[in-house]
Amino acid sequence: MNRTVTVRTRRLTLAVAVAVALATAATACGGTTKSDTRKEDGKPAAVGTADPNAPLKKGLTVAFLPKQVNNPYFTTADAAGKKALQELGSAYKEAGTSSGTDTAGQVSYVNTLTQQQVDAIAVSAQDPGALCTALKQAMKNGVSVVTYDSDTKTDCRNIFVSQASAEDLGRSQVQLLAKQIGNKGEIAILSAAQTATNQNTWIDYMKDELKKPAYKDIKLVKTAYGDDDAQKSFQQTQGLLQEHPNLKGIISPTTVGIKAAAQYLSGSKYKGKVELTGLGTPNDMRAYVKNGTVNAFELWDPAKLGALAAHTAVALESGRITGREGEKFEAGELGEFTIGKDSVVSLSTPTVFDKKNIDDFDF
Amino acid sequence: MPEPTHTSLATRLSGSVRWDTTVGALLIVLLLCSFSFVDNFGNALNVSFLIGNTLPIALIALPMTMLVVSGEVDLSVGSTVGLSSAVMGSLWNNGMAIETIIPLCLLLGLVCGLVNGLLVTRLGLPSLAVTIGTMAAYRGIAQIVLGSDSVTDFPGQYLDFGAGRFGDTFIPYAALPLVILFAIAVVVLHGSRLGRSLFAIGAGEEAARFSGIRVKRLKLSMFVTTGALSALTGVFWTLHYASARYDNATGLELSVIAAVLLGGIDFDGGKGTLGGAIAGVFLLGTLQNVMSLLNVSAQSQILVTGVLLVISVLAPRIGRQMATARARRKSAAAPPAVPAAP
Repeated sequence: MNRTVTVRTRRLTLAVAVAVALATAATACGGTTKSDTRKEDGKPAAVGTADPNAPLKKGLTVAFLPKQVNNPYFTTADAAGKKALQELGSAYKEAGTSSGTDTAGQVSYVNTLTQQQVDAIAVSAQDPGALCTALKQAMKNGVSVVTYDSDTKTDCRNIFVSQASAEDLGRSQVQLLAKQIGNKGEIAILSAAQTATNQNTWIDYMKDELKKPAYKDIKLVKTAYGDDDAQKSFQQTQGLLQEHPNLKGIISPTTVGIKAAAQYLSGSKYKGKVELTGLGTPNDMRAYVKNGTVNAFELWDPAKLGALAAHTAVALESGRITGREGEKFEAGELGEFTIGKDSVVSLSTPTVFDKKNIDDFDF
Repeated sequence: MPEPTHTSLATRLSGSVRWDTTVGALLIVLLLCSFSFVDNFGNALNVSFLIGNTLPIALIALPMTMLVVSGEVDLSVGSTVGLSSAVMGSLWNNGMAIETIIPLCLLLGLVCGLVNGLLVTRLGLPSLAVTIGTMAAYRGIAQIVLGSDSVTDFPGQYLDFGAGRFGDTFIPYAALPLVILFAIAVVVLHGSRLGRSLFAIGAGEEAARFSGIRVKRLKLSMFVTTGALSALTGVFWTLHYASARYDNATGLELSVIAAVLLGGIDFDGGKGTLGGAIAGVFLLGTLQNVMSLLNVSAQSQILVTGVLLVISVLAPRIGRQMATARARRKSAAAPPAVPAAP
C-alpha cells in the first residue's frame, strides 16, 4: 500500500511540475518585464499656485501617523506637532501601528484617515512604495500629505520634512566616531530594519565618507540589523563583539539600537574600550554618558521636526505653499524655511550631545 | 458535515448552539451596528478597504482550517508570503516577465509546503515544531534573496488589479479569486470524501488509518496546498501594497490562527467549519477597521482582540461542560465507545 502511495504522490507532483513548466514556457516568450514599464518621472504632486499671503486656515484637523506609536522619539515629535497645531488654532490627532515594520497596518491607517476626511496627514513612512496607492487616494480626496522623518517616493506626497540632510547625518556620525577611536581600527554599524529607508541612506553616506584618505586605517567589518527591537539589538551587539574581538567602535543610527548597544556595553568588559556613537535621545543616553560607556552621540531635535511638520501641513492646506522648489514659508518660532529640490524641507544640522551639554536637554 | 466521532463524551455533547453560528451572528450584528452608528464606515470605498486588507488572512485561513481540522498547524505561512514576495521582487529586478514570475512563485509555495509536509509526515515530527523552524528558515531565505530592497515598480495593470475595485462598488477585483477558492474549499471540506477523511484524521489518527484512510498522503497534500495559497497571497500582497519586501506579512500566521481559533475550529482537530473560519476572519477585520475609525489606539486594539480570543476559546468549552453536567444528571454516563481493532 505504501508503495502505491509514493508512486501516486510522485505522479501527482510530476504532473503539477509539468503544468507549471508549460505555463512558464508559454509566457516566457512574451509578457511584461521591468523594461516595459516606463519609469514614472516621479514629480512631486504640486498643484495650483502658491499665495504666500493667503490667510492661515484655522480649525483644520491634521493627523500624525508615525512609523511606530509608543516610540519615545515619535512621542516627542508628535507632542510638539500637537502643541504647534494648538497655537495655530487647528486640531491634532495621532494614529499608527505598534510595530515599526507593519506596512499593511500603516496603509490601512492612511485609508482610515482618508475615510475620516482629515485635512492633512503627516506620515513617517515605513516603506517608500507601500503607502503610495493609499496616499495618492488621500490626495485625490483633497487631503494634503506631508512626510516627515522617513520619506515615500516623491510623487506620493506633497512635501517631505527632513530631519537634517541625510548627507550631513551620515558623514557626521563617521567623523564623530573617527575622532573617538583616533582614526584607526575596526568598526561596525548597528542599524534598524534592513528595509529602513532613512537608515540605508545614511549608511550609504557613511560608507562614502569612509572612502576618504583620512580614514584609510578604519575598516567597516559588518552592518548588523536589530530591527529597532531592544532585545534583538542587544543580542546583535553581543554577536558583533564575539565575532570581532578587535572592534574599536560601533555606530548605531537608530535611537532603539544605540540604547540597546549602550546597555550591553555598560554591563560588559568592553565598557570604555569600545566606542559607541550614533543617533540617540538625551533621556535614553544620559545614564550611559554619565557612567562613561558613551562619550558623544548626536541627533536633531525631534520636537522641532514635529513642529515643522505641523507648520508645513497647515501652510500647505492654506495654500501658502504648494511644494514647488524655492517657495518660502514661516514656521512660527522655528523661523523661515525654503522648499528645496524634490519638495524637501530640511530642518538643520544635528546637535552633538556629550557630558557637557546633555543636561540642557529633556526629550 | 463532520460525522459523530468516538473520542470522548464531552465532544459528543456539544452545546445547544454551535459556536460558528454564534460567530456568524456576531459578525452580522457588528456589521449592522457599524453601518448604523460609525461615521464613514458604510461607504463603498471603506468596505473595499476592509475587504482588501482582510483578504490575505482570508486566503490563508482556507487551507489552514483544513490543516487544523486534521490536527496539524502551519506557522510558516507568513514567512512563505514574505518569501514569495521577495522572490517576486528579485526576479522582477532581474528583468523576468511578471507572467512568468507569478507561476514560479506559486511553484515555490508548493515546494515550501512540500518541505513542511515531508518533515511532518515522513519523519513523524510535530507540525508545530517543524513549522516554527521553517518559519525562521523561509524568512531567512527571503532576506537573502532581496536583502534591504523594496521593489515597487510593478506594471500598472497588475497593481490596479491588486489594489483596485469594480467601478465604485465595494468589491475589490482580488475578492473574486477568494470567492471561487472559498466555494471550492467548502465543497472539498464539507461535501467530499476527502473532507470527511480530514475530520476523521483529526478525531483520531489511529482509527482513521485503520479504516483505510491514507493519513500521510492527505496531510502532505494539505501542507502543499497551504504553501501554494500562501505564495499566491504573497503575490497578491506585493501587488496590493505595491511593495515587494522580505519582511512583508511578518506575524501574519498569528492573525490567521487567531481568526481560525475565533471561528470555532478546535485545535485538538476533528471539529470546525469553513464558514466559521471566514466569519472569524471578517469579524477581526471589521473590528479592526471600526476601531481605527473610532480612533481606538493600536495597543487597545490588540487588547480587544486578545480578550475576544480568550472568550472564543472559553465559551464553547463552558457550554460543553454545562451540557455534560446536564447529561450526567439526567442519566448515568454511557461508557465511551472504543473503536474495535480490526
